[in-house]
Amino acid sequence: MTAIPLGVPRRLVEFTLDGQEVRVPEGSTILDACRAAGKEVPTLCQGDTLTPKNACRVCVVELEGARTLVPACSRKAEAGMEVRTDTERARHSRKLVIELLASSVDLSTTPEVAGWIKEYEAKPDRFGPDAARLDEEPKIDNGLYVRDYDKCILCYKCVDACGDQWQNTFAISVSGRGFDARIAVEHDAPLTDSACVYCGNCIEVCPTGALSFKSEFDMRAAGTWDESAQTETTTVCAYCGVGCNLTLHVQDNEIVKVTSPHDNPVTHGNLCIKGRFGYQHVQNRD
Amino acid sequence: MRKRESKIYARLTHPLVRDARDEPFRRATWDEALTRAAAGLSAARGAFGLFSCARATNEMNYVAQKFARVVMGTNNVDSCNRTCHAPSVAGLSAAFGSGGGTSSYAEVEETDLIVMWGSNARFAHPIFFQHVLRGIRNGARMYAVDPRRTSTAEWAESWLGLNVGTDIPMAHAIGREIIHAGLANHAFIERATSGFEEYQALVEPWTLSLAEKVTGVPAAAIRQLAHAYARAERAQLCWTLGITEHHNGTDNVRALINLTLLTGHVGRHGSGLQPLRGQNNVQGGGDMGAIPNRLPGFQDILDPAARLKFESAWDTVIQPHYGLNLTEMFEAMEEGTLKAVYCIGENPAQSEADSEQAVRRLGALDFLVVQDIFLTKTAQLADVVLPATAGWAETEGTTTNSERRVQRVRAAVTPPGEAREDIDILCDLATRLGHDWKYTDAEAVWNELRSVSPDHYGMTYERLAEHQGIQWPCPDTARLEPTYLHGRLWASDPAERGRPAPFGIVQHDPPVDLTDEEYPIRLTTGRRLDSYNTGVQSGGFASPLRRGEYVELCPEDAEHYGVVVGEEVQVSSRRGSVVAPVWIDTALRPGLAFMTMHFPDEVDTNQLTIEANCPIAGTAEFKASAIRIEKLPVATQVR
Repeated sequence: MTAIPLGVPRRLVEFTLDGQEVRVPEGSTILDACRAAGKEVPTLCQGDTLTPKNACRVCVVELEGARTLVPACSRKAEAGMEVRTDTERARHSRKLVIELLASSVDLSTTPEVAGWIKEYEAKPDRFGPDAARLDEEPKIDNGLYVRDYDKCILCYKCVDACGDQWQNTFAISVSGRGFDARIAVEHDAPLTDSACVYCGNCIEVCPTGALSFKSEFDMRAAGTWDESAQTETTTVCAYCGVGCNLTLHVQDNEIVKVTSPHDNPVTHGNLCIKGRFGYQHVQNRD
Repeated sequence: MRKRESKIYARLTHPLVRDARDEPFRRATWDEALTRAAAGLSAARGAFGLFSCARATNEMNYVAQKFARVVMGTNNVDSCNRTCHAPSVAGLSAAFGSGGGTSSYAEVEETDLIVMWGSNARFAHPIFFQHVLRGIRNGARMYAVDPRRTSTAEWAESWLGLNVGTDIPMAHAIGREIIHAGLANHAFIERATSGFEEYQALVEPWTLSLAEKVTGVPAAAIRQLAHAYARAERAQLCWTLGITEHHNGTDNVRALINLTLLTGHVGRHGSGLQPLRGQNNVQGGGDMGAIPNRLPGFQDILDPAARLKFESAWDTVIQPHYGLNLTEMFEAMEEGTLKAVYCIGENPAQSEADSEQAVRRLGALDFLVVQDIFLTKTAQLADVVLPATAGWAETEGTTTNSERRVQRVRAAVTPPGEAREDIDILCDLATRLGHDWKYTDAEAVWNELRSVSPDHYGMTYERLAEHQGIQWPCPDTARLEPTYLHGRLWASDPAERGRPAPFGIVQHDPPVDLTDEEYPIRLTTGRRLDSYNTGVQSGGFASPLRRGEYVELCPEDAEHYGVVVGEEVQVSSRRGSVVAPVWIDTALRPGLAFMTMHFPDEVDTNQLTIEANCPIAGTAEFKASAIRIEKLPVATQVR
């Protein structure tokens, strides 16, 4: 039978990044090289545990000799490339992407986006108040997590995490085509009738807070959510013997959400329903 | 769907005592509670047993077993490993001299063939199963051997739905087919194993057609698995409690290990054995010596050199014989030779097979101290209840997972009320019993353990954080060992190769609780995705998937008995009977029913299970009871 290939040792490739010679392991992306060199390139749809989807185009950079801008998140580094991350053309493109996204989607819970709007001098308001919006109420149909599609940028990360890249449950998919495309449960079924196993691995990868913990959603609604007052402590799950690493986000001695380190060799950022949501028993303190 | 009121346990916030068993608990100070505990335990010196906790840290387990051995002078220390994977530890150490799984999760992604035997990892070990899925996506083939067509089996190339308790015939038939097809790895067998001729004679009667008769699996399917396993360049054999929770669990494990010895699928990257452990630290509890036959670092109590090392390290005398395991301790309660128990973080009143018997035996003790975070059913039987901290979120320390990876546990929240850390309580009690123990912190305990356990010596807290956990063995602070065990078996130098791994000569022995006209249905038990053990932990969160306890039947049986989903029926075994609603599951076959132990306050499934124990490891046969289903009078039917 065919042996599964174990991979070969990787060589280093050398290319020019903003005029500097850099060396990265073969197979790295331009984004990997930028981060290794300490250069900030904005990303939204890129996920460190997922295959790049090239959906949001906010990470584009200029590649010498290429007709179009290239997405740093997916373009592999090649020997002899000349890449510039901060040209007028790349900045202009990012600005436009941010304007289009921020005018049509609620980015109020997207980390870092406010800084990018400022840095690229984006003006999302210039499309007027009637720019396309979904204008939907958040969907609260279970006690564990909330779906707020007003905040969805259609990056497909939740589809990939629920699908063949990690969870293999296939409860999340895209329904509709073109402008009508949106993230849905299976073929637009109610979540509670779907294959969803409530692992929350979609929340783990969601870049905008369209998918959020019920605990976080409720605290935000009550105005008590305060990330600056939260601690993050990584420990090991108390359920089965697999030994998943949990990062407990604690505010006022209450666990408010649970994530997992994406570079952890046991979980790669994934958990099951028990690890993600099964913490309440320690704080039934009355 | 019926309305359920799930029991939510509130945290214990202060010590509880009572003067007599028929009195209610009253609140006590730590001083009073510990003084009583110390008096009760010292009165029972020589008739004492300690239940340590497979969910607490390695450090706590180390101190707990030291408490039993040094303060109480007994090796009677054990934990709930006895009710799950003790046979895996016994079987693996008999074959290889070490009780851990031989492979790592990452190797499952890089193997050619995965056998999931008696394991619904998709539900019970979901994140391990993600590694399996990665392996499948990388091109590996997976076979599922399980009486139920579980959600794990849905991912298999082939599902071998064997009859409950016929694992040994299946394994022997696979072994025989491999030998007869000329696929045995004779080079490996000659160099690294012993007892092959005897094994060959043992499996010779198990032809594919005989196996088909006994297991109910078509001969062609068994043959296909045998050939796939033997021909694979790398193969992983994974199992869970479907193998171990039988009266001959250790024999089952040996029968599986035989297949790896026959094919050389052990001791190489991507080839090995993975028992998937059920509690967060059931591996570590055993590694720390919280078992009756091993000192910390899995060192044998019968080895005088090992005893001497610990006697000088602890300044004590260690009993030169094995202590009682959990099962034997329960039997000793019956006989009256075990009079006092210190139970830390376990709930045997609900987790033991034949739970009514377990409650009766605990109630007959002279003295019972329970240390827990909740007032569990077991705690409700106690004389003194000590409130502890939750290991995983309120203490510092380490736990060890199924792939032998020791990982740091850290305190994230402040414990409620007067709850104290397990180690702190143990040291206070030890002091009251004449041993002035003081540890500045968990790391001090860990460093003491490192000094007596060579397999853990290289794991400083600093390195554990740096590497996100380190797998044992790790004898050196400067390097890491391979991720798999027993590479020595492939060494060309016989001295380095060490003791050859013996084939296990084990016979088929069907389940003790036979089905007959009166009890015609085979009941097997397991876990659901969103719940855990006796439900004390998992009952605390609102899972949309949870529907409470049901007796699950196949559609044919439901039709035969004329019952529908939600209808309550009486489920009876030779030991007891419970009332449970019916659920219909197409993953089952006629004559096979399924229940869990997640909701013992609704339906106490363990009133049905049989306490038929594995003579080597002491694990009960939770997986095979004989039951009957009876319709209730129409008046009580739920509509």
